[in-house]
Amino acid sequence: MADSFNFELVSPERLLLSATVTEVVLPGTDGEMTVMANHAPTMTTIKPGVVTVTTSEGKTDRFVVFGGFADILPDGCTLLAESAVAVSDIDRDDINRRLQDAREDLADASTDTAKQKAQEYLDQLTTLNGAILPA
Amino acid sequence: MPSLKDLKNRIASVKATQKITKAMQMVAAAKLRRAQEAAEAARPYSQRMASVMSNIAEAVGGGDDAPKLMTGTGKDDTHLLVVCTAERGMCGGFNSQIARFARDHVRRLLADGKTVKILCVGKKGYDILRREYASLIIERVDFRDVKQMSFAQAETVADKVTDLFDQGGFDVCTLFYSEFKSVISQVPTAQQLIPASTGAAADDASASAIYDYEPSAEEILEDLLPRSIKVQIFRALLENVAGEMGAKMSAMDNATRNAGEMIDKLSMSYNRQRQAQITKELIEIISGAEAL
Repeated sequence: MADSFNFELVSPERLLLSATVTEVVLPGTDGEMTVMANHAPTMTTIKPGVVTVTTSEGKTDRFVVFGGFADILPDGCTLLAESAVAVSDIDRDDINRRLQDAREDLADASTDTAKQKAQEYLDQLTTLNGAILPA
Repeated sequence: MPSLKDLKNRIASVKATQKITKAMQMVAAAKLRRAQEAAEAARPYSQRMASVMSNIAEAVGGGDDAPKLMTGTGKDDTHLLVVCTAERGMCGGFNSQIARFARDHVRRLLADGKTVKILCVGKKGYDILRREYASLIIERVDFRDVKQMSFAQAETVADKVTDLFDQGGFDVCTLFYSEFKSVISQVPTAQQLIPASTGAAADDASASAIYDYEPSAEEILEDLLPRSIKVQIFRALLENVAGEMGAKMSAMDNATRNAGEMIDKLSMSYNRQRQAQITKELIEIISGAEAL
């Protein structure tokens, strides 16, 4: 059996998950990454996407996160998500609302950097929307 | 001397008031429990956030390229005070305590020749500060219709603050709120938001770990700082709600007890007067009978 480590998924409103896991797949800003036990200490920002958690009992949980960052240590991993929901609880309207907001942000953006940021966020949301909704 | 009927009315009205304060106390108690739970649920996030912040701030250091939100503008001329109070009264000295604390601060800053801007969160603080410093208040945020404080509310406040900072509206930002110590004790607190005070670095093992940053530490920090402001404001709002409910509960408890005392006193004089009247009537009858 693979080594396990402690994983915590926290949103500002509550602690969503605290469990012993063997593997976590995070949607990092620079690409997806799989974290296993004894990972080198890393800090990364997270883009909107799906986090897949495999617990030490072999169960798989999936969560949708909307941005945030992860603090990875050899013996643990903490994901601070801006907001997070279990995939089974995801609400189509909620995503649509976020997409709408992102579009408005893009239209409102005045500077190039802000525009680029808004566009990136919108793209990430659209990808996310396509990835989970048909399921 | 009030008549018997007046006294009776008085007693009835005080009893009605007592019923209301009693109900308010119970509502506050229920809300307090919920607010405390919310504050507790939010604690892990802000704790982690603080430890990550101190880690990363250490890594980036106070270099020239560090984000402005952390190092400040290098000046100390214009201060923004974010004053968080409750939306409703009936909670004892809760609101005036925060407002007084903020007012002392304003006075000190003005005496030092600084420019002060005030952002009021909550109606009551605005009402109090408006009297003296109406010209300094640049904006007020109202959470009147908000039932449960959520992160989105904190975000709206934080966005206003960071936008203003980006436009060069102020140099230093301080957050005023009431720290929830216990049901009977709320301590008005001032907390500096910008430039971010990273505080003493956590001295546990993780602080010394050498991190890989993805993307770079600077970019993460840039992303992290606005988020940390949101979290601090969110925490302040939650503490405030819990504090407000605690203060309201004890204020209403006091009011209920005072109403009880008043009812006792009024009933006493009501009974005394009734007896005096009976005695008087008896004397009249007896002396009338004797005269015959």
